[in-house]
Amino acid sequence: MRKSSFSMWKGMTMLELKGIWKNYNPGSVNELCLFQDFNLTVRDGEFVSVVGSNGSGKTSLLNIICGSIEIDRGQILADGTDIGRQKDFLRQRRIGRVYQDPSKGTCSGMTILENMSLADNKGKPYNLGRGVNKAKAGRYREMLRPLNLGLEDKMNVSVGSLSGGQRQALALLMATMTPVDFLILDEHTAALDPRTAETIMGLTDRIVGEKRVTTIMVTHNLRYAVEYGNRLIMMHEGKAILDKSGEEKARVNAEEIMGIFNRISVECGN
Amino acid sequence: MALILSVLEQGMIYGILALGVYITYKILDFPDLTVDGSFPFGAALTVRLITMGLPPVVTLPAAFLGGALAGACTGLIHVKLKVRDLLSGIIMMTALYTINLWVAGAGYVAIFNQDTIFENGVVNGVFPGAAGRVKTAAVIFLITLLSKLLLDWYMSTKSGLLLRAVGDNDTIVTSLGVDKGLVKIVGLSIANGLVSLGGCIYAQQQRSFEISIGTGAVVIGLASVIMGTSLFRKVTAPRVTSSVVIGSVLYKGCVALAMFAGIDANAIKLITAVLFLIILVISMDRRKNPGGGLT
Repeated sequence: MRKSSFSMWKGMTMLELKGIWKNYNPGSVNELCLFQDFNLTVRDGEFVSVVGSNGSGKTSLLNIICGSIEIDRGQILADGTDIGRQKDFLRQRRIGRVYQDPSKGTCSGMTILENMSLADNKGKPYNLGRGVNKAKAGRYREMLRPLNLGLEDKMNVSVGSLSGGQRQALALLMATMTPVDFLILDEHTAALDPRTAETIMGLTDRIVGEKRVTTIMVTHNLRYAVEYGNRLIMMHEGKAILDKSGEEKARVNAEEIMGIFNRISVECGN
Repeated sequence: MALILSVLEQGMIYGILALGVYITYKILDFPDLTVDGSFPFGAALTVRLITMGLPPVVTLPAAFLGGALAGACTGLIHVKLKVRDLLSGIIMMTALYTINLWVAGAGYVAIFNQDTIFENGVVNGVFPGAAGRVKTAAVIFLITLLSKLLLDWYMSTKSGLLLRAVGDNDTIVTSLGVDKGLVKIVGLSIANGLVSLGGCIYAQQQRSFEISIGTGAVVIGLASVIMGTSLFRKVTAPRVTSSVVIGSVLYKGCVALAMFAGIDANAIKLITAVLFLIILVISMDRRKNPGGGLT
């Protein structure tokens, strides 16, 4: 079990979803078949933006990858190994995830130093060794300094007293502190004010660029989806109805995406 | 003097119980009713081992391990069988009632003539003559202090940090690649180990086991924790455990005062409940501070 979860970190890994089926509430009146034979391949080092209306399956897609929801049928291959039946926590040893809610990525009752110490130990056993290594505080400070949020001077401040943007920046840093194969961003700027969201997106782009980590970002902000990343996917009713990468993606503009988005929304009566 | 000594002794014994309740209530955010069963479980194990003729010091680790096992069962019921936290504790508490009767052999067992951690050659040698009056309090103080220091040490380890994280935000524990269920089971084990250790010392101080000592144990623990953490709100991690023990002593002091004022001894549980309610209401607005006593 350990061997597969702690494969040598190569900085990037391919992720393949093959023939995914997911039924919600099977057998009841509320039965909802979200994914029927869904396929997606995310190549090494790709930064994929996923957009789509509510209920299109974009957050479910992330939950399926992370193991937060189980699939009925299909395979999830990480670098060729099927992780589709692996427990969520085992899978997440190689995944960094940032949520929409800033409080999910950090522990509010603990200090920045404690939070970072926890994150820094990911992949290693949480044993009876010292929880907070003061010697590493300097290194953590250096990681916080480029954020320009003044967090480096608040190492012993409880995270609960930070602003949403500060917490989200910390969550992003913590999710990528240790080597991960995939970075999963679940509308991670949606709960922030526009200016803070801008800062967090800039930070995201920098981290993804530096770490060359395969990234999937779900966003409601079409402009971010167009501006960042090298692939854009639009989800609708459990299908990827638009998938542009490379040159094609670079030529896409926000108006065009907005047009398609509005058209499908109208069709659905939204 | 005798009254003060008695309050100190009882307060410190229940202080160990309160340390356990502190873990479940404040750190894990788990309302654990196992306590009403694991406190007498420690006492039952103790009288059994002592009547078997084992050296009294053995009862301390034995009671801790026994309580830890009970806590692990509550954790397994909650995590593996997906039973709600409150119900998991109630199930174990109820099961332990019978187990306690089996282990102790009866609803009331006295250990008047046997050696205890307070009455043995070594302790009597250290506290000769008149000093013997404080020996019980002194021994309890040592054990309580040791329990507190060990808990402080544990909370500063990686494992302890993770325990705090699981109560704070269990999503992050999964993100860190750790089974959050396992962390909760470990937390419940340590908590009930401490509660049971409290029961072990209580039985030896009272020189008897009584099946009803568990009734309301969790309320006493909660009252102590809330009182301690509310009174000393600004203290940080290692000292919060001291606050909890002090809270327990103060709580026992309040009960003693009520008794001293002439309230009927049969009313003790009613006083306990009313006192707990008062403490709860007084501390309520203060508890809005995120992170509670740990910040």
